[in-house]
Amino acid sequence: MSLLGPDEWQAVALSLRVALWATLAGLPPGILVAYALARWEFPGKQVLNGLVHLPLILPPVVTGYLLLLTFGTRGPIGAALKEIGIVFAFHWTGAALAAGIMAFPLLVRAIRLSIEAVDPKLEQAGATLGASRLWVFATVTLPLTLPGILAGAILAFAKAMGEFGATITFVSNIPGQTQTLPSAIYAFLQVPGGEASALRLVAVSVAIAMAALILSEVLSRRIAKRVSGA
Amino acid sequence: MSLQVAISHCFGGFQLDIAFEAPPGLTVLFGRSGSGKTTIVNAVAGLLRPDAGRIALGDQVLFDSARRVWQPPHRRHLGYIFQDARLFPHLTVRQNLLYGRWFAPRDSRPDEIDRVIETLGIAPLLSRRPGALSGGERQRVAIGRALLAKPRLILADEPLAALDEARKSEILPYFERLRDETRVPILYVSHAPAEVARLATSVVALQDGRVSRHGSATDVLGDPSVTPLGAGAAGAVIEASILRHHEDGLTELEAAGGLRLLIPSVPRAPGTPLRIHIEAQDVMLATQRPEQISALNVLPCRIRALRMGNGPGALVQLDACGNLLLARVTQRSVSALGLRDGQEVFAVLKAVSVAKGAIAGGPQPG
Repeated sequence: MSLLGPDEWQAVALSLRVALWATLAGLPPGILVAYALARWEFPGKQVLNGLVHLPLILPPVVTGYLLLLTFGTRGPIGAALKEIGIVFAFHWTGAALAAGIMAFPLLVRAIRLSIEAVDPKLEQAGATLGASRLWVFATVTLPLTLPGILAGAILAFAKAMGEFGATITFVSNIPGQTQTLPSAIYAFLQVPGGEASALRLVAVSVAIAMAALILSEVLSRRIAKRVSGA
Repeated sequence: MSLQVAISHCFGGFQLDIAFEAPPGLTVLFGRSGSGKTTIVNAVAGLLRPDAGRIALGDQVLFDSARRVWQPPHRRHLGYIFQDARLFPHLTVRQNLLYGRWFAPRDSRPDEIDRVIETLGIAPLLSRRPGALSGGERQRVAIGRALLAKPRLILADEPLAALDEARKSEILPYFERLRDETRVPILYVSHAPAEVARLATSVVALQDGRVSRHGSATDVLGDPSVTPLGAGAAGAVIEASILRHHEDGLTELEAAGGLRLLIPSVPRAPGTPLRIHIEAQDVMLATQRPEQISALNVLPCRIRALRMGNGPGALVQLDACGNLLLARVTQRSVSALGLRDGQEVFAVLKAVSVAKGAIAGGPQPG
């Protein structure tokens, strides 16, 4: 790339990878939790709701430090995972985990609203036509929730691209490994003569954010058109 | 195969306590709103679990609180036609039609699909989505979707209530055909006597969560105690057949006991069984045979029952050669004419007051 130096390009590519994985890995649990919160009554529902939203309210540094305590090489989960060869600490997967956790509330919120908007009467109709609960979910609820899932995914992706505090606390700022766009911009601003690089990365950030927004708008409009049947 | 329902259920201070059996053919659950009709249908569908009771379809037990049996809705093999159609908005009409079929046991008869599509006249709609359909079209697709699920029981919860008169008369014939052509029981919720009169093989009249009367349409609608639905709604049903057509545009009918009736022309062959709904407010009473009168039908009757309403009106049940008729008159007329049980009177009915919408093909025998 002529526009970006190798260090800058590395940060952009890493950020895209981290944000993509954070979003994709967050979708299945995000849909499950959103469905549980929207449709089920169970003890501890408010606790689950609080846990999901916690990263939105806590200072990101606190979330990052908690991740380090649990998923660090000496943390209870981190040590166990290390045994089977999965390492989060100071690794790009750790950056993805941090970004995913930070983006999770946004993802769940958008999907939950969209599930709540699905008329339960349609799900009943599916059941009377012979579809089990799982089939009703797959053939009625999920397709009707698609616009919300898409909106949530784009929001989560944008959030993951910009995640800084939890990431830098959990996995530090290692070029090529954990140095995402925001941490790279931060690092360039710390060294003399780095402003030009920082500015180029800022431009890239703006471009990616705009592209994501436009894509989501186009896609959700297309889906909404299909769903409403106009 | 018949449907047996015996349930009790309490919700929001309302106690439902009913038992009835629906034979093959069309059974109407009839009553004003709040009488528990929809609750019963939802219990049969499995969308609502009653407090206690038993629901069985032939030898398949759907619900039995004593033996803790509960079949979830998707295992009940239903075709449920909802008042609000409830088509899936994200699927095309064709996909909607085939939705239930996909979960039904496979005994594929591909011609079945074409036959249903043709009967309901929905072939031009197949590639559209429900959002682009009119109310009547949506309801026809909903009927097709229920039929193609290969149901062992068809439920219809006021399927015409959301439609205007024109759309209603467009859909009604499909239910008549359904009643005459399928072998499965149809449970049909309605509060419109005209619909009941046209469709019902048998009627279960509900009042405040209880069965107030259960029998044929003729018996139930001709009973003045089952006309809780206010003025204008009451009316009796007479089963008759076409005797001959007159050249001046009238059709002569013959009912039980040799009763003759003249009504506006019905373009069907002599011998065709017909069912006509005669509204109580269209029937006048006279104690002597009126002469020089324009009304063409003057029927000798005997008064079977008199029921005074809360207002100025009274409902008189009449026996005309074994056919039940209802007449709505004022209480002032009752006392002025000295009407009483067992009295011989003449019922006067204008031929033109039998509207086209009140005439239906009678149920096929058997």
